[in-house]
Amino acid sequence: MNIQVDIQKEDSMLIQKQMIAGHFEKLSKAKENNKKVVYTFVPGNLNELIRAFDMLPVHPEVNALQSGMRKMSGGYIQEAEKTGHSEDVCTYVKCDIGMMKKGNIGPTGLPLPKPDLLLLSYTGCFTFLKWFELLKQEYDCPIVMLQAPYQAEGEITPEMRDYVTKQLEEVVVPALEDVSGKKLDRDRLKELLESSARAEELLVDIWNSAKNKPSPIDAYFGGVFYIGPIFTAFRGLPECEDYYRILKAEVDYRVANKLGPVTPEGELNQQKYRIVIEGPPNWTSFRDFWKIFADEGVVMVASTYTKVGGLYENGFRHDPQRPLESLGEYCLGCYTNHSLPARVEILQNYIEDFEADGFLINSIKSCNSFSAGQLLMMREIEKKTGRAGGFIESDLVDPRYFSAANIKNRLESYFQMIEAKRVGA
Amino acid sequence: MKMTAENIINRCEELHDDLHFNYVKQWKEANDAKAIGFMPVYVPRELIHAAGMLPVGIMGGGDNMEIIRGDAFFQSYICRIPRSTIELGLTGRLDDLDGLLFPAICDVIRNLSGMWQMMFEGKYIKYLDVPQNFGEQGRAFYSAELADMAKAFERISGNKITDDSLNTSIALYNENRRLIAELYDLRAEAPHKVLTSDLFLLMRASNILEVTEHSQMLRDYMVSIRNSDRPIRDHVRVVVTGAFCEQPPLSLVRAMENSGCFIVDDDWVLGNRYHLDPIDVGDRPMAALIEAYLGKTVATASRYEEGDDKGMYLVNQVRDRNAEGVIFASASFCDPALLDRPMIQDVLTRENIPYTAFKYAENTGQIQVIKEQTGTFADSIKLWGVQ
Ligand code: SF4
Ligand code: SF4
Repeated sequence: MNIQVDIQKEDSMLIQKQMIAGHFEKLSKAKENNKKVVYTFVPGNLNELIRAFDMLPVHPEVNALQSGMRKMSGGYIQEAEKTGHSEDVCTYVKCDIGMMKKGNIGPTGLPLPKPDLLLLSYTGCFTFLKWFELLKQEYDCPIVMLQAPYQAEGEITPEMRDYVTKQLEEVVVPALEDVSGKKLDRDRLKELLESSARAEELLVDIWNSAKNKPSPIDAYFGGVFYIGPIFTAFRGLPECEDYYRILKAEVDYRVANKLGPVTPEGELNQQKYRIVIEGPPNWTSFRDFWKIFADEGVVMVASTYTKVGGLYENGFRHDPQRPLESLGEYCLGCYTNHSLPARVEILQNYIEDFEADGFLINSIKSCNSFSAGQLLMMREIEKKTGRAGGFIESDLVDPRYFSAANIKNRLESYFQMIEAKRVGA
Repeated sequence: MKMTAENIINRCEELHDDLHFNYVKQWKEANDAKAIGFMPVYVPRELIHAAGMLPVGIMGGGDNMEIIRGDAFFQSYICRIPRSTIELGLTGRLDDLDGLLFPAICDVIRNLSGMWQMMFEGKYIKYLDVPQNFGEQGRAFYSAELADMAKAFERISGNKITDDSLNTSIALYNENRRLIAELYDLRAEAPHKVLTSDLFLLMRASNILEVTEHSQMLRDYMVSIRNSDRPIRDHVRVVVTGAFCEQPPLSLVRAMENSGCFIVDDDWVLGNRYHLDPIDVGDRPMAALIEAYLGKTVATASRYEEGDDKGMYLVNQVRDRNAEGVIFASASFCDPALLDRPMIQDVLTRENIPYTAFKYAENTGQIQVIKEQTGTFADSIKLWGVQ
């Protein structure tokens, strides 16, 4: 999300860059402009609600990944470890804490304002609770929590729905009203949700474009750019819709011209392997990581990481007719809030729908939410699809856990496996 | 047989070491009834009991079990309890359980519930999603969770959970909690008599034994130990925290104690004293269970704390128990415990309470190293007092 790497620029990329720069600019002036600031997570983010109160969101995970991209995360993590954090725990948390201790300078070099409210969306990750307990110690501001129950049985029950909606209505909205000093403008919220639904529709089309051969997109390395606006500060805003319209036009153009996605090495038109991937990417060596795959002619046709901030392909859309209910449903539906069997099914469907040669798991040391159980998922998916499964390991933002050589080694035998299956077929 | 402290503890140790859970098998046969397992930390055991079933706490495989297949399911950076639990499952040692509950304490246990669904189809598997909102909204949600579980327990056991049966179970568990509290008080009063290794084993036995039997065991132990003449020792009084899920091996508990520390409070097997007040016995026992969860409980990493009191529960424990320091003992790779630690350390520093920290695994081989560390910690407190 919101990443700047040195790749061939397309209009959508430039627009996104401007959007992000503009947002951080606004954040840096938030206090002087009397804008209230809400810290909140990407999964289960309530952007439309925050925006309906005319507040500005800050996403700590985005700061962490940005720090990773800018090679700052190693230092930040060490800073946090100096203050007593264990080397064993989620590095996103430590990166964020370290960044805060070093002056809370955002990715564009401008300082980030302190929060007026900590809005903890406890969606899909237990560590979120601890992360915001930690932030609560650092900031003298109110905190409010929204719990999205886990879809353990593979479905959203009416009780789960009620719980989330009631929390929104009775706890979260009042907290936002208190901090902003305004009543919730329900019409404004509806407008924002309408816009979200339109952007979501476009995003689904973009994901589906990877069914083409060659695929016009890389749904992982490129995908992390595509989710930038909709997963963060912009969902619900006109510029978000515009971004997806432009992106869609670019993708349509590539489909019509049978062009592959743009990678750090140029256009990937010779697509040797169509792969589905599970797990977040490594950010500290993002470019190298991508290049390892691009060099081998791999195109990622679907990924689960790009669904952590919203899973839209099954038809869910934010719904202006049911504003809070649909916000709640959105939180409940984020990828990491799905049970392991459901995740297996999602991946199985991707492999089949996108006609993938195989699937890969990038197992992240930091992230129990994603990683615990992935080895079993791999076996199950292999069993169900007969396609080759590969397993590599890295970390999100701790450079100590990225080894290009190890990953390449693993991939070498993985590609051989795919080839063997092809011959066998 | 006369119930001396020694033979009670021997019995507990046998139970602790028996990873085939023969007690469960025998209890089921003798009572023609079912058993429901649960992972740490907290489940409402009263509800299982009220359906005439045996609640069985599963806390991994300890250091007695070789892991042959379990390791293949987890990456090296994930704690050990899920892999040994999988091993228990795959080797048939949990076959006597008619269901397994996975309370929401972290994402490893959460995901383990999904693994269980895939690996052990046909068993009752429940991810118990406890509310972290302790107000009205959480109450409604938790009521639904419990109602759902109660229905399943009735189906599995073939018994109705009535107000009467639930009240009876609540009363039995209240009594058990009262006795445990008494045992903890007694240890704090006479830690040279109530050795922590004894207490640890008594707590582990509470995972397995039917509650009345466990309560009787506690009574017998306390009678016997009060009359014992174990020698007074000059140890430093410490509180151990962070060990609420994957358990330290018994050898490590003994080593800490032998390094010069009297452990006067701790958080292992915390589910058996989760509620600080007795649960109401009366007209609405189900509602009472819910209130007990939402109300006054221990503070622990799996329970969200919104207010400004983070760490104060531990500080109060230290004060109430007249402790001189804190030992953070956490399972390696345990996000909840290890992320809690810096917050609590800050509070301890502010309150002038010394601490030390180490990590362990349930099969740790680092006993000597840890013993030296806790010994040095005890010595420094003896020498310098509270800094
Ligand atoms: S554990 Fe995973 S999902 Fe949770 S905060 Fe860390 S990286 Fe994010
Ligand atoms: S030891 Fe910690 S991380 Fe591991 S299962 Fe238990 S609570 Fe979760």
